[in-house]
Amino acid sequence: MMSTHVLLTIPIAAPLVGLALTTLLWRMPRLQRLASLAASFVFLWSAVTLLCATIDGTILATQFGSWEAPFGISFVADNLTSAMVLITAIMAVVIAIYQLTDPEENGHPMFHPLYHGLLLGVTGAFMTGDIFNMYVWFEIMLISSFGLLVLGGTKEQLDAGVKYVMLNLVMTTIFLVAVAFLYGATGTLNMADLADRVPNIENAGLVTTLAVLFLLAFASKAALFPLFFWLPASYHTASTPVLAIFAALLTKVGVYAIVRCFTLIFPVTEGLTTIIGIIAALTMITGVLGAASHFDIRKILSFHIISQIGYMLVGVAIATPLALSGSVLYIVHHIIVKANLFLIGGVIKRKSGSYQLKRIGGLHRTAPFLAIMFCIPALSLAGLPPLSGFWAKYLVIKPSLDAGSWYLAATALIVGVLTLYSMLKIWNEAFWKTPAKPASPPVQGSNSSFAAQYVAISTLSAITLCIGLNPEPFVAFSVEAADQLTDSSRYINAVLESPYARD
Amino acid sequence: MEPLYIVAIGVMAGAAAYLLMSRNVLRMVLGLLLLGNAANLTIFVAGRLGSSLPPLITGDQTTIAISANPLPQALILTAIVISFSLVAFTVVLLHKAHQRLHIVDTEEMREAELVNLDTAGEPSEAKQ
Repeated sequence: MMSTHVLLTIPIAAPLVGLALTTLLWRMPRLQRLASLAASFVFLWSAVTLLCATIDGTILATQFGSWEAPFGISFVADNLTSAMVLITAIMAVVIAIYQLTDPEENGHPMFHPLYHGLLLGVTGAFMTGDIFNMYVWFEIMLISSFGLLVLGGTKEQLDAGVKYVMLNLVMTTIFLVAVAFLYGATGTLNMADLADRVPNIENAGLVTTLAVLFLLAFASKAALFPLFFWLPASYHTASTPVLAIFAALLTKVGVYAIVRCFTLIFPVTEGLTTIIGIIAALTMITGVLGAASHFDIRKILSFHIISQIGYMLVGVAIATPLALSGSVLYIVHHIIVKANLFLIGGVIKRKSGSYQLKRIGGLHRTAPFLAIMFCIPALSLAGLPPLSGFWAKYLVIKPSLDAGSWYLAATALIVGVLTLYSMLKIWNEAFWKTPAKPASPPVQGSNSSFAAQYVAISTLSAITLCIGLNPEPFVAFSVEAADQLTDSSRYINAVLESPYARD
Repeated sequence: MEPLYIVAIGVMAGAAAYLLMSRNVLRMVLGLLLLGNAANLTIFVAGRLGSSLPPLITGDQTTIAISANPLPQALILTAIVISFSLVAFTVVLLHKAHQRLHIVDTEEMREAELVNLDTAGEPSEAKQ
């Protein structure tokens, strides 16, 4: 049995080693790919071990540098964290596999180091128990994502990169200022210690201001209404593996930070939940309407990221344990489904030569397996039973009806129908209709060159089916995670009473 | 001392906001730099400006009586390093973008968001 310290360090160490190795193997593309895949598998193994250690509800915590709790930088793993780390690791492996036979990233030795840098930043942000440290992980994640976005160096990417970089840098600076104010008000940066001290601040207005500042900073990361504009302006220019990992992880880090801060640090007042509820509803609606107006697969899916973020926020707005468990399950379900759809989009592009729905068609004949694989995540995203999206949506909508927030439940249901419309649009245009004109024959690789991509897509579809057909353990896990979130004293005790690491 | 710092932060943040709202990417970078420095000063003031004695524990002391707060300085150092690397990256990115696109006005950057991109294949729908 590994010590807590080791358990909490390996998920960070694995991508870090991957980053170093892939940088060293710069000039050896084949070896670099294998090293990248190996590092991802080690990461997956460490994440599974971490989940096994926390699945019974224990909260693991450790401090680095032999400083005791509020002074040293804490790393904490409760159920939510270990679930997020595991899902990150699954994505890491799947996309590393997909990337094996993908021609898009060939000849970019920089892809793998940046990819592991992104995983490192995301995992760190999930695991840290220190708010300033979270800022640092955010920055690691950001700079890697900047690099990945403009990797191709096309005009399109540079244009998108400028907007993405500018807006994200401004928003992280706001996060930094918010951290400074919070430190000035409480004198601590440890999140467990903050949770102890923030309720004792006598100036209620100050607490609200701080809460709103943090909400602002994280909302732009999570692409909430009205701060989502950077996402549809930039995502569609990236290559498929990059796009899939962005779609899976980047916005979810923002959602995670919101869930963490508004269950642990800031008391959720009635006014605040109303605001979050309205933001959630508007995010769902604008996202899905944006998707309905586009005919580029990548743009449709990008707008659906925004729309789905709204569902995750409903749990925070309702703030009952069941609603929070809905948010947790939704995040897990969404990451898998969304990444899968983007990967399928990439294969569609390779098979038919375009992302424009108007220019392609007839894929049900030329790629029947892909068509079946598309149906699973697409119908799951729309929330049709018995797929994972149904259970996630159910866990979001039922608590909002229980809490009397009928407008949230109604929005969620209507947006679900509109999501189905978008998915049917892709289905009809790309798979079902006969191609308008004999499409320019795309570079058709042999079937074996698609093997790794089909393996990646089938794995994700299998996970979706598994959650959908056997939801009980996943729901139970989410409920336990939500219990830990609601009862923040468990988190605080785990951090502040844990012995510091001695070696 | 605090009021002076606070006024300085306000002026810097205001100037940063003005520059960031410009459409010229070069001004926006300068705005980012100023905003980052305003944030750093905010951390500094948040740590309270009091004594300037170095926070050293000497001899058989176990706690420090009155000294400067070392934590904000550590935080600012981290933030400076991060913002340096990010701004360096941004400048390179903008230089590259300028080389390829020959524009510095963000309003003219429409490479990634072509207005009629979605209907490009359908001439009849391209004009609205």
